[in-house]
Amino acid sequence: MKLFSRLRRSVRGALAQTASRPADIAPAAPSPLKAAMTCPACGLELQPDVLERLLFVCPCGKHLRISVRRRLLDLCDTDSFRELASEVVSVDPLAFPGYGDKLAKAGKTSDESEGVLCGIGRIGGIDCALFAMEASYMMGSMGSAVGERITRLFEYATERRLPVIGFTASGGARMQEGVLSLMQMAKVSGAVQRHGEAGGLYIAVLTDPTTGGITASFAMEGDIILAEPGALIGFAGRRVVEQTTGSALPKDFQSAEFNLAHGFIDAIVKRTEMRATLEKLLRLNGQKAS
Amino acid sequence: MQLHPYDKLRAIRGNARASATEYIEGIFTDFTELHGDRRYADDPAIVGGLAYLDGTPVTVIAIEKGKDLAERVKRNFGLPKPEGYRKALRLMRQAEKFDRPIICFVDTAGAYCGADAEERGQGLAIAENLVELMAVHVPVITVVFGEGGSGGALALSVANRMLMLEGAVFSVISPEGCASILWKDAGKAAEAAECLRITAEDMAAFGVADEIVRENFADFPSMCAEMRTMLCRHLAELRTMAPDVVREQRYAKYRAIGEIAPIG
Repeated sequence: MKLFSRLRRSVRGALAQTASRPADIAPAAPSPLKAAMTCPACGLELQPDVLERLLFVCPCGKHLRISVRRRLLDLCDTDSFRELASEVVSVDPLAFPGYGDKLAKAGKTSDESEGVLCGIGRIGGIDCALFAMEASYMMGSMGSAVGERITRLFEYATERRLPVIGFTASGGARMQEGVLSLMQMAKVSGAVQRHGEAGGLYIAVLTDPTTGGITASFAMEGDIILAEPGALIGFAGRRVVEQTTGSALPKDFQSAEFNLAHGFIDAIVKRTEMRATLEKLLRLNGQKAS
Repeated sequence: MQLHPYDKLRAIRGNARASATEYIEGIFTDFTELHGDRRYADDPAIVGGLAYLDGTPVTVIAIEKGKDLAERVKRNFGLPKPEGYRKALRLMRQAEKFDRPIICFVDTAGAYCGADAEERGQGLAIAENLVELMAVHVPVITVVFGEGGSGGALALSVANRMLMLEGAVFSVISPEGCASILWKDAGKAAEAAECLRITAEDMAAFGVADEIVRENFADFPSMCAEMRTMLCRHLAELRTMAPDVVREQRYAKYRAIGEIAPIG
């Protein structure tokens, strides 16, 4: 595997190098959609051009999954987004059976080099640090590289006094990296804590699905926590909860609406209103256009 | 004889090893339990309180599975609920206020996965502890004496020093869960346990565990005495550092964990 012929480094080794800086060049455009999609909620067939215009929200209200590149490029002011920490990618530290192949396949299906896209950009002229997790890259699972990218983003934002806006979408820690994945929860939480203590604003936006170790760390650490309609948000998986509880769960269990009713998120925001809502919240929190 | 990782896990889940309360009694004096999260309930799966470590007051927080079946049921088999993590959070904040070191003891298959735990914010409860353990200026030492099961164990394991018993394990997911997700066969748990690298030696190699504790259950009092000496030594080292440095050391430890490849 080409990926693993590269020199492996521990994070400690990589840290000795200079910290990540935003890329000088414009990010690659999202790859064009080839085929129509059928809405799983209402069965409507949506053509690629329609999907893009509607931000992948079906007229029935169902929020379909949108690629991170499309999401962040659409959210940020034109030509303002620059990638950060994209040079950080995964290795196979445990030589875990099948992991190398899964990484290669995930790169192809998602067109991303890891399960999270980080960068800086402007929303309504306000400078922000942003990350978005890619559900189509191994279910957005967090291994060392995902943890490292997000940590570098928070550290960059702390240095530059930037607010952080993070879109979560993940099945949790990536088990193929064993406990190294689990420890990323601690690492990112430390970076969030330092950003917060320095007065930084962090808005988390929970998208479908946000579960496991992500819910048990930075998804729930935002000063403000938003969610997209219908997003699955929870710690334990539905099947595991049903096995533990021994009874069927209501249909809306762990939905964004369930989380709002139980007091765990601030608001549910439609994707079409996300940009305006974020800009308003940034301004209400004293952030100004540069 | 070197045990297979999965046999280590099976030994932990059995009844032969000591429970949290026995370590607390063996290592500390004057342990005084403090109950409740002041929000919802008292979770018997987490035992917390104050005690002396060789004359120094410390805050002790431990996951207790229970010894016999009746106690295991009462303690929910050491599967903490959000109120358990919130009790721990309350005691961590109190420790910070009164400049007391925090000593945690970990043995859990994981956080409780019931519907009620989800309704009360299991994810949030763990996340808040991770942030708090990164924020406190007092020394934090965690002893993993049994099973370090995923996020539910991590919520008490972010520490300046992690000591691990030689038979203890730490894992991102149970080997059974891993095998059933990856290979659709929970029967391959032993294979998964090997692949996941869960032993104390593995944790030391990853920089997660800082010292491995030799086990001597045949003479439990002297094993506890050795653990007391070990804890005192680590605490003395950490107490030579300024409070900001203690915190910085903890962040630096976790900041360095992971393996990546930079492109180019």
